[in-house]
Amino acid sequence: MGMSLQQIIFGVLSVISLVSALGVVLSKNPVTSVLCLIVTFFTIAGHYIMLNAQFLAVVHIIVYAGAIMVLFLFVIMLMNLNAEIEPQKRNWLKYAGAISGGAFLVVLLAALREASMPALLPGSNDIGLISNLGKTLFNQYVVPFEVSSILFLSAMVGAVVIGKKEN
Amino acid sequence: MTIDWVLILEKILLISGVLVISLVVAMYSTWGERKVAAIMQDRLGPNRAGWIGLLQPLADGGKLFFKEEIIPGTSNRFLFILGPSLAMMVACMTSAVIPWGDTLIIAGHTVSLQIADINIGMLYIFGVVSLGVYGIMLGGWASNNKYSLLASVRAASQIISYELAMGLSLIALVMLTGTLSVKEIVEQQRHGFWNVVYQPLGFILFLICSFAECNRSPFDLPEAENELNGGYHLEYSSMKLGFYLFAEYINMFISSAVMASLYFGGYSFPYMDSLGLDHNLLTILGTVVLFGKTICFIFFFMWVRWTIPRFRYDQLMRLGWNMMIPLALANMLLTGAAILWKQGH
Repeated sequence: MGMSLQQIIFGVLSVISLVSALGVVLSKNPVTSVLCLIVTFFTIAGHYIMLNAQFLAVVHIIVYAGAIMVLFLFVIMLMNLNAEIEPQKRNWLKYAGAISGGAFLVVLLAALREASMPALLPGSNDIGLISNLGKTLFNQYVVPFEVSSILFLSAMVGAVVIGKKEN
Repeated sequence: MTIDWVLILEKILLISGVLVISLVVAMYSTWGERKVAAIMQDRLGPNRAGWIGLLQPLADGGKLFFKEEIIPGTSNRFLFILGPSLAMMVACMTSAVIPWGDTLIIAGHTVSLQIADINIGMLYIFGVVSLGVYGIMLGGWASNNKYSLLASVRAASQIISYELAMGLSLIALVMLTGTLSVKEIVEQQRHGFWNVVYQPLGFILFLICSFAECNRSPFDLPEAENELNGGYHLEYSSMKLGFYLFAEYINMFISSAVMASLYFGGYSFPYMDSLGLDHNLLTILGTVVLFGKTICFIFFFMWVRWTIPRFRYDQLMRLGWNMMIPLALANMLLTGAAILWKQGH
């Protein structure tokens, strides 16, 4: 039994995230898919915490599980999507999807097979802690940070303009 | 890797203690609510079960437990049960980062009265708050009833709208204190003024938003019985209904404790360090003071409920988007300007 506590937690988290990610794709009911996706987000947040990136983990939960998935659920509930009224997909579409997805997988595998992935020792790096992250963002990467904030602002203004048009 | 069994035991005891206290406070909030309502309407309130009706919550709880449980045939069974469970679980989660007191020193061993002093405590609170909507949404949708669905959609849009203003008012507080740890915010207030002195507008915004997040009157649109036949828990009976109602009271208790900690000094009180008391005694006194502040806020929640009528839905949305968010942004800007001015730029 050479497994440390961290390896056990990693294993359990990974199994849950893979199973729930499969659930997103395989489930017939859109609401179940959304719930599976939320579980996946939580397990990924767990992985972030294992890497000592607490800030990233909690922001991941706030943004994805707390905001985006609520909107997803909102839309699905309003449209009352379910398996019966889902349009039947054509067969050739299914085959095309499977082939292109498979081709993408092959390319990804080929690209990543030779890539070197230096192992991060869990708990040894502090970059994910909020004060370090803040200092890095506002010293080293201040221009990209500000530019991305302008991007968000323009998206917000766009949404308001679209919302106003109907009146 | 060695596991510190004393620490684990200590945390398990603390977690159980906090959970039990939350449940008891929530239970007696139902009694308190009726008594406050009665006083405000010049009635007596519950006075049959026990002395001044103090056994009433137990009687109510027993009644809820033994009532027949009905799950509608057309509902989604799994989600129908998941809804109230999630509501209850999320309501109990925030208590983990609230410092319920300073440290106790027992036999040379320092015990912190906070379950987890994580350095992102404020973000944790915000994250849990943003998850609170799932219980209501799932329950309302799974009931397969149009009134429940309407109520849950209302709840979702209300909570998302007010979360924004809540986050913005918290950002001003974070800028002022320079930390995201709730314990550190309380410690800063212990050695200085309470944050409400520096952040009066931020506090008022946070207070209004927590009314909306708890679905309390005047923002209790999701359970507007005269429009929606009862709201998102229309199809629920027995203890599942009890869980929804209970989660609301736990939310009220926890958000009162959060407000007391963030803006009103938490477990600290004026001149606490010049009393010359023993450390442990001071800690216990601090915890009692925190509960006192929390109960004041709970009373305020009830006072407002029995004083102010419910908003109309469009008024609620207009207040959230056209008043609260601009005010919160202005507050953030003012705070930033004040901090820069103080730093002498």
